[in-house]
Amino acid sequence: MSGVTVVQDKAFGGTDPGGAAASPPPRRRTRRRATALPSGDKLVLALMLGVPSLVHVLFVWVPSLGSVALSFSSWDGIGGFEDIEWVGFQNYVDIFTRYPRFWPALQHNLIWLAFLLVVPTVAGLLLAVLLDRQLRFGRLYQSALYLPMVLSLALVGFIWQLIYQPEQGLLNNLLGTAETNPTNWLGDPDINLYAVLVAAAWRHTGYIMLLYLAGLKSVDPALKEAAALDGANAFQTFTRVTFPVLKPVNIVVLVVTVIEALRAFDIVYVVNKGRNGLELLSVLVTDNIIGESSRIGWGSALAVILLLISLGFIITYLFQVFRKEERA
Amino acid sequence: MKIRPGRVVLHVFLATTCLVTLAPLLWALYASLRTYDDTNRNGYFSWAENLTLENFGNAWTQADLPHYYLNTLLITVPALVLVLLLSSMVAYGVSRFSFKFNIALLMLFTAGNLLPQQVVVTPLYRLYLLIELPDWMSESGLLLDSQLGLVLIHVAFQSGFCVFVLSNYMKTIPHELGEAARVDGAGVFRQYWQVILPLCRPALAALATLEFTWIYNDFLWALVLIQTGDKMPITSALQNLKGTFFTDNNLMAAGSLLVALPTLVVFFVLQRQFVGGLTLGSTKG
Repeated sequence: MSGVTVVQDKAFGGTDPGGAAASPPPRRRTRRRATALPSGDKLVLALMLGVPSLVHVLFVWVPSLGSVALSFSSWDGIGGFEDIEWVGFQNYVDIFTRYPRFWPALQHNLIWLAFLLVVPTVAGLLLAVLLDRQLRFGRLYQSALYLPMVLSLALVGFIWQLIYQPEQGLLNNLLGTAETNPTNWLGDPDINLYAVLVAAAWRHTGYIMLLYLAGLKSVDPALKEAAALDGANAFQTFTRVTFPVLKPVNIVVLVVTVIEALRAFDIVYVVNKGRNGLELLSVLVTDNIIGESSRIGWGSALAVILLLISLGFIITYLFQVFRKEERA
Repeated sequence: MKIRPGRVVLHVFLATTCLVTLAPLLWALYASLRTYDDTNRNGYFSWAENLTLENFGNAWTQADLPHYYLNTLLITVPALVLVLLLSSMVAYGVSRFSFKFNIALLMLFTAGNLLPQQVVVTPLYRLYLLIELPDWMSESGLLLDSQLGLVLIHVAFQSGFCVFVLSNYMKTIPHELGEAARVDGAGVFRQYWQVILPLCRPALAALATLEFTWIYNDFLWALVLIQTGDKMPITSALQNLKGTFFTDNNLMAAGSLLVALPTLVVFFVLQRQFVGGLTLGSTKG
C-alpha cells in the first residue's frame, strides 16, 4: 500500500489511455457508459453523488464563500441579514493600517511556515534516507519517530508545557539554569514562538519522514546502481539521482506544510490563547467568534486573507495532481 | 557477523534521535507516576521516592473523564461511518463512470479538504445558529451546540480527503468486475455495495484508522461549535479541565496521557493502516 503517495501520478496514469497496457478498455468505456444506463440507475447514481456533494458544499464551500461575502460587511452578528451594512474594502483597509495585532500575526504565520519548511523537512528527509535500507531495528526506529504524529496539537501543547516550565521544567533543569536564571520559554514574547515551533516541528517531522520514506521506496534501485557504476559517491547519487526523482513528494510535502502552518491554532490556544508573542491569523479569526469581540465582517476579512495565502498553494497542488487526469 | 563502524554510528545516531523524540512523552509519564508530595518537596527533576498510579485514578474520577470519552465516542463513530459511506459513494461514481463533471467534482472535494478551517468557521457558526432542530435532537434547539452539528462538519470537511483517496484506489480495480455484475442484472447500487466496496477494504481500513485519529484530535470545531462545557469531546474539554480539576502537574500529566491513550492504542495496534493511509492520499485534513 505504501508508495502510492509519491506515485499518485502513476495511480492516475493507470487509467491514462496514453499508458501502454491500459489503452483499449478506457476508449470502449467512454462510449458505452454514457448511453447504456437505465433510468433507475441514473437516479441512484445521482443520489450517490448528489447527497455527499451537497453536504460538502453546504458546510464547506458555502461558508467559505460566505467568508468572502461577509468580509465586505460590517456586522456584529446581532439582528438578521437585513441589518448587514456593506462597507466595501473598509475592513481590509482597517486591518492593514490600523489593527496592531495583524502584522505581528502575519509575521508569526510566515515564521511558522519557514520554520516548518526547513526544520522538519530537512530532519525528515535525513531520517528517511538513513532508514531506507535493510537495518536491524529499522521498524522500531520508525515507530518511535512516527509516534508524536498521532497526538493532537492541543495535547502536544500540554505535554510540552511540562518541559518548558521555568523552574520545574525538564529543559531548564537540563541546562542547569532552573535555579539561577530560569528562562521563561513560553512566557517571554521574544522566544515563545520558537519554543512552540519546536514542539510543532516535533510532531511534524515524523509525517515528513513517512512521506519521504514512501517516496524513496519507489525509486528504482537500477537508477542508483547505474550511478554507482558511473563512479558517483553516495552523496552525488542522492543529489543528482534520488532527489530529482522525489519531485512529486517534495510538492506534497510543500503543500502539507503550508496548510499545516496556516491552520496552526490549537497549540498556541492551549499555551496562552494566542497572545503575548503567539498571535496567529487563525487566532484573530477565532477571537471574533468565541472571543470578546464579535465582529463577523472583520473576522471574515481576516479569514479571506488566510484563504488568499493558501489559495496559491492549493491551486499548484491541484494542477500537479490533476494534470495527467485532464489529458486522459 | 562483522561489525562495521559505519553501521554502529548509524545505530547510535538513530537510537539517540528516537530517545529524544520520545523524551517529552516519557517525561510526562514519569511526572504522572509521582505523588504531589514527592515533587513538591524534591522538584520534578529528581529521582522519584516511589511510583504510583494514583494520579491516573484521580484524573479519571475528578475530571469525570468517562463522560468526555463518551462524548467523543458519540461524535467520532457516527462521523467515521458516515464519512466513509458518503465518500465511497462519490468515489465510486467518479471512478467507475465517465461523467463530464468528474474532474471538477474531484477537484472540489480535494480543494475543500485543503482549505484552512478558519476560512469556514465564522459563517459556519452563523449557519449553525440559523438551523433549528427538534428538542430531542439538540437541547439548544439549534444545530449549534449539538453533537449532530459536529458530526456534520466532520463528515463534510473530511470527505474531501476520503473521496480523493478512495477514488484513486477504485481506479485500480478492473472494470470487468463491475461489468460482470451488471450483466448479471445488478443495479449500480448493488455493484457498489457488493462488488466494489468489499474490494476497497484495505483502503477503508487505512482511512478509518486515520480519520479516527483526526476526528478524535479535533480541537477547533468543537471549541467553536459546542458551547456547553459538558458536551465537549475530550480533546477540547482538556482546556477547561486544566486548572479546574487538574490542580498539579502530576495530575495534568496523567490526564493528558489518558486523553492520548486511545490514539496511542490505535497507533500501536494499527500502525500499518495508519502509515498506509497517509501514504495513500498524502494530503492531510
